[in-house]
Amino acid sequence: MVRIIAFFVGLGFAGVLLWSFVVNLYDNITEPPAPTAEHEFHREPKELHLASDGPFGKWDKAQLQRGFQVYKEVCAACHSLERVAFRDLAGLGYNEAEIKAIAKSYDVPSINPDTGEPATRKGIPADYFPKPYANETAGRAANNNAYPPDLSLITKAREGGAAYIYSLLTGYQNQPTELLKQFPDVKTPEGLHYNPYFANLNIAMPKPIVSDGQVTYGEGAPAATVDQMAKDVSAFLVWTAEPKLVNRHRAGMAVLIFLIMATVLGYMAYQNIWASAKRKVAPKGPLDPDNQAKREAAKAEAGGIAG
Amino acid sequence: MSFAWAKPYEPKTDIGRWIDERLPLPRLVYGAIGGGYPVPRNLNYFWNFGVLSGLFLTIQIVTGIVLAMHYYSYADGAFTSVERIMRDVNAGWLIRYAHANGASFFFVAVYIHIFRGLYYGSYKAPRELVWMLGLVIYLLMMATAFLGYVLPWGQMSYWGAQVITGFFSAFPLVGEPIRVWLLGGYAPDQAALTRFFSLHYLLPFVIAGVVILHIWSLHIPGSNNPTGVDVKDEKDTLPFHPFYTAKDGWFVGAFLTVYAVFVFFMPNALGHADNYIPANPLATPAHIVPEWYFWPFYAILRAFTVDFILPAKLWGVLAMFGSILLLFFLPWLDRSPVRSGNYRPVFKRFYLLLVVDVLVLGWCGGAPRNRSTSASARLPPPTISRTS
Repeated sequence: MVRIIAFFVGLGFAGVLLWSFVVNLYDNITEPPAPTAEHEFHREPKELHLASDGPFGKWDKAQLQRGFQVYKEVCAACHSLERVAFRDLAGLGYNEAEIKAIAKSYDVPSINPDTGEPATRKGIPADYFPKPYANETAGRAANNNAYPPDLSLITKAREGGAAYIYSLLTGYQNQPTELLKQFPDVKTPEGLHYNPYFANLNIAMPKPIVSDGQVTYGEGAPAATVDQMAKDVSAFLVWTAEPKLVNRHRAGMAVLIFLIMATVLGYMAYQNIWASAKRKVAPKGPLDPDNQAKREAAKAEAGGIAG
Repeated sequence: MSFAWAKPYEPKTDIGRWIDERLPLPRLVYGAIGGGYPVPRNLNYFWNFGVLSGLFLTIQIVTGIVLAMHYYSYADGAFTSVERIMRDVNAGWLIRYAHANGASFFFVAVYIHIFRGLYYGSYKAPRELVWMLGLVIYLLMMATAFLGYVLPWGQMSYWGAQVITGFFSAFPLVGEPIRVWLLGGYAPDQAALTRFFSLHYLLPFVIAGVVILHIWSLHIPGSNNPTGVDVKDEKDTLPFHPFYTAKDGWFVGAFLTVYAVFVFFMPNALGHADNYIPANPLATPAHIVPEWYFWPFYAILRAFTVDFILPAKLWGVLAMFGSILLLFFLPWLDRSPVRSGNYRPVFKRFYLLLVVDVLVLGWCGGAPRNRSTSASARLPPPTISRTS
């Protein structure tokens, strides 16, 4: 009885499933999904190789410092970096005095100790990077209702990571004519900018790094081309997203070496312990040495007769 | 123990004897995982995943307790507290990545453990309760993993909580009030986060309790083995210690090596980028997907798209829960007297079908929702192949 009920319950589910399948198949055939501009023209991020990539990856501190400079002079106008403190900049190779000087160059929100009114004071290493806008509403008001996201975690918060950021920064272009030919009603709206690396192709952010030499790099640095600046700031944003990345790589190597050695020793111990437990199986039938000897003898005898 | 030849515990020192007379704890350990527990000598490496599951439960509890010391379960501070753990807590990045990837590896071990039990008929008499307690552990794990994924309060945490608690609203009349009661509001918010944290801390200890029952009930008939034939005498078994402790020992090392590769070199490979964006109730992610270990169930849920007597969503929810509940009846649904799949050619074929089905469903469940993937998600859910 229970089996019959179970059978019909199962049949019910299978039936509804089959019906769902048929209905959707019918929909797909009668009105096949129309191609979209996003589907046809969206591009995967370009390749980007950074010193911090891979299991042996280390920071290129000169590049991180250049990236920080690009952030400070370009991105920081609209984008906050609220999870990074000035003290963290020690990770870029700055010494204590330099960090103090950098912190001091920022005004951070405070209160006037006499009146309690909102005020600002000079930053100290323990402060976090101040935000360009007082709140999200102010950020939206200043940017055509598109809130510039915080950049601290941006390379971890987007598929493609640093390569995506680099592609986006260098991917601004005019809308391709074949796109408009194929999809005449998806012209990039006023106030948005065409970028094939952005999910819906039209990004609110105007091209941030517009010309070579926009940021003046110091002595011994590579030429400040648009491409180089985009790479540098992407590398910097990998660091802001995970300042402990290189510690992780280093610790990982030590842990792997330890674990592999422990596993090998463990395997040898296992072989040693189980050696006594493997049952010795007495060979039987054709493999029995006695039988083999008899067979050889018989063969020799038969050969002797024939010969 | 039910083995006549199991060696009794003999304390070797005076202090050992003194303790044993007052609290026979060493005796219990010796009989459970020491020289006093005889194990079939022909076990293959699929039998190592029980110990591995136990190890990962321990890793999760230990790392989780430390994380809880630094975590702040407030909707406006949870995300920041997790980032503080990553940046400012000593080795906090290690503890958090070990915990996040530990959940995945716990599920890897448990899935292999479950499928081993299925193939070799470990659910059959006399081990029905071992099987059912194992399923209880699995359900508790699913609940714990879901609750834990909500805690960082990223976009995927928030919208995952929204979708999964939404399952309850599929039930007519009582569904919506139950959902509101569980969340403590109409949408996930402060009340939900605090209670999820509380339960996420509690449930692992409940799991540990059920694990004790699981092992206790296993040790009455003893372990099954690849032939499915009961052991006859002492020649067929080896004491757990040192033989299986040694076999488990090196295999634990090998499994932890793979785990370490993920923790140290690709810690976010199994996660989703959107969870590094703080929760925002006003912005829905382009596609909401759960963690990989729930993908097959998510595919079952999404496969039902027509209202037939019941609404489509209810069919999906019932099929999804049904696919697990059905497993509780397995010891009685499968009436074959043969345990091991090695000697059941038809069973073997359907077993293979089930494995492929679960993998295909997993692929469909993880794929972004569009018409072609939800159409291909409409393959038979596990319910069908499991009954056959």
